[in-house]
Amino acid sequence: MATHPTRGHHTLTVLVENKAGVLARVAGLFSRRGYNIESLAVAPSDDERFSRITIVVDAESAPIEQITKQLFKLISVVKISELEPGNSVERELMLATIKANAETRGRVIELVGVFEGKIIDVGSDALTVMLAGQPTKLDDFEDLLRPYGIGDIQRTGRVALARLERNTPHLRAVKGKVG
Amino acid sequence: MKLTGAQALIKSLEMEGVDVMFGLPGGCILPAYDPLLESKIRHILVRHEQGAGHMAEGYAHVTGRPGVAMVTSGPAATNIVTPLCDAYMDSIPIVVITGQVSRPMIGTDGFQECDTVGITRPVTKHNELILDPDDIPRLVHEAFYIATTGRPGPVLLDLPKDVLQAEIDWYWPDSIDLPGYKPTVKGHPRMIKEAARLITESRRPVLYVGGGILKSHAAEALRALADLTGIPVVTTLMARGAFPDDHPLCLGMPGMHGNFTAVTSMQHADLLIALGARFDDRVTGRVGAFAPDAQIIHVDVDPAELGKIRRPDVPIVGDCKSVIEDLVAALVALGGAEVQADRSEWIAQLHRWQEEYPLVYGDVEEGGALKPQMVIETLRDACPDDTIVASGVGQHQMWASQYWKFNHPYTWVNSGGLGTMGFAVPASIGAKVGRPDKMVWAVDGDGCFQMTAQELVTASTEHIPVKIAILNNSYLGMVRQWQEMFYEERYSEVYLSPDLPDYVKWAEAMGCAGFRVDTPEDVAPTIEKANSINDRPVVIDFRTDSSEKVFPMVAAGASNDDVLTAPGVQPGLELRRSTKER
Repeated sequence: MATHPTRGHHTLTVLVENKAGVLARVAGLFSRRGYNIESLAVAPSDDERFSRITIVVDAESAPIEQITKQLFKLISVVKISELEPGNSVERELMLATIKANAETRGRVIELVGVFEGKIIDVGSDALTVMLAGQPTKLDDFEDLLRPYGIGDIQRTGRVALARLERNTPHLRAVKGKVG
Repeated sequence: MKLTGAQALIKSLEMEGVDVMFGLPGGCILPAYDPLLESKIRHILVRHEQGAGHMAEGYAHVTGRPGVAMVTSGPAATNIVTPLCDAYMDSIPIVVITGQVSRPMIGTDGFQECDTVGITRPVTKHNELILDPDDIPRLVHEAFYIATTGRPGPVLLDLPKDVLQAEIDWYWPDSIDLPGYKPTVKGHPRMIKEAARLITESRRPVLYVGGGILKSHAAEALRALADLTGIPVVTTLMARGAFPDDHPLCLGMPGMHGNFTAVTSMQHADLLIALGARFDDRVTGRVGAFAPDAQIIHVDVDPAELGKIRRPDVPIVGDCKSVIEDLVAALVALGGAEVQADRSEWIAQLHRWQEEYPLVYGDVEEGGALKPQMVIETLRDACPDDTIVASGVGQHQMWASQYWKFNHPYTWVNSGGLGTMGFAVPASIGAKVGRPDKMVWAVDGDGCFQMTAQELVTASTEHIPVKIAILNNSYLGMVRQWQEMFYEERYSEVYLSPDLPDYVKWAEAMGCAGFRVDTPEDVAPTIEKANSINDRPVVIDFRTDSSEKVFPMVAAGASNDDVLTAPGVQPGLELRRSTKER
């Protein structure tokens, strides 16, 4: 099984022009400069001119500063933000087919319930389940399902956004009093 | 106005001020060659597409304007990959147009089809496959903008045949909209102030200047900075001519084959002011041992160069010219020349080194072959001060850089980063096309000459009177030198023969004047003869000593303190020891 990103990794969200060949430019740059990609996800952004690529990079392969600077040299790259783990929300999606005969089906369903996953397909002796969540949660889910027998499994790369800034009403009130 | 894609392409090139292009037609690019007949753009028909690319580079080197090459698809596109990579490594602005199979054929392995944008993606600053004919004017405009701004570089446009044949409504874009491309020009004022303070206080500073000075037209600004501060200057291989060799503060070329003083000045400096230079391995030697006592101010238009090899104490992103001018203003604000730290001991030290360790070579033995260094010195003294010199790659390149006196910017054309053998002949042709008013000599090796000599047919046909000095030592000389020094004189596949080909006959067959020089007495008279010929190219076959090696030398991976001024002679080591004891 693939090892999933935990420590020693950086998550970059890269806003790129929505044009043919842009993903190849980004991927080519990583291989050319010897940087390792741990995971990669691409999706259109709210502005149809741009797409967002979320890349998890191995921090050991090169300094993140050098990686972002080289990436930014690509004409099609518009904006790069590095998401710090404490300051971002990250999610990944997993689809997995689990062996589940009459005997084990109940326990698998229970596990899916505990993890707040979904059963999206049912066969005579297997279930296809879906789980979205933080990558570590998906790792745990995968570990617990393994004894039942995992058939096919697919995980997306992770997607991430920066945490929103918050001004709580309480803080505002304090400010108001002092000011 | 309705135009075909091909007409729009040529008109767009005209709009960009292109006066000359280098190329060779073929199937897919055929439509673009038709409107050329009505265009005022001069087209120079090369004999091999690699020649077109290097000519465009040579043109760009000496004019500062982007060089343009146009070739067909498939093998023509792959033939021009080397010049693209060369231009990418040395930040040379060129725009290359390639033909492509028609859109419905793309991906079907059609005749002369290749994935040109895929192949050239890692060796271009940017490239585009133009799928919509309406995009032609816009993408040509963007290509020139990208090639010439920020850190310059090669841009490729790939045009399918049916895109060239389609009809469009002509327009010319009045602006550039590239949301992902906004090069920084102005340096950060706080950083510039900090740099000015460091410079003012430093006692052993060196200006380490690279090709960026020439790209940003900063030679004058650099001169003002050096004159104001009295700081000595080393000019890297890519910056020869950016600061005059005749200037008392010029130390010449540093690096693997740099002179002792230039190399050692950096090793003993307390401050390096790197301007448009990229800490290339050929300059630094072993990075961990490079300029160990120096703080670094690093100015570059490409942010990715700052901290790539050596972490700067003061990083400044910006165009060299703009930053140097701001730096001079900041230095003046601090008090200018009057408040500079006392550097008299440093300058005196550098002068002592220059006297003690000049470039040297031996005399010709009775009846022996020519010394290549002597040929270059004689050539230099026989040519106007502003002669343009192009070179290939190898020993002859290093000797040309060491022994020529470069006193003007844009007079040295060579392949630094990629080290492309065969660069000299086509690059000199491109240079002569760009500056027909100047004398252009290529200093070439016999190995290099054989790689691209066919372009002299182009030069003869197009009346481009370049002059080629072949330093013929009948070897791949630099490889021979390494095999002698590092492989116990086990010479493997480096011998080329002095007489095969017969260079004089070959030159004459290509429409050039050809001479051969064997004796020292004939060197100057033959050069004089060559300099008087202006109606066709000239080739001189100088028979040089094959045992001659390039010194000084820092072996690959060694520290710059280990620089050999001659076999077994390493004066830098003793200096390092005495510094440690101090």
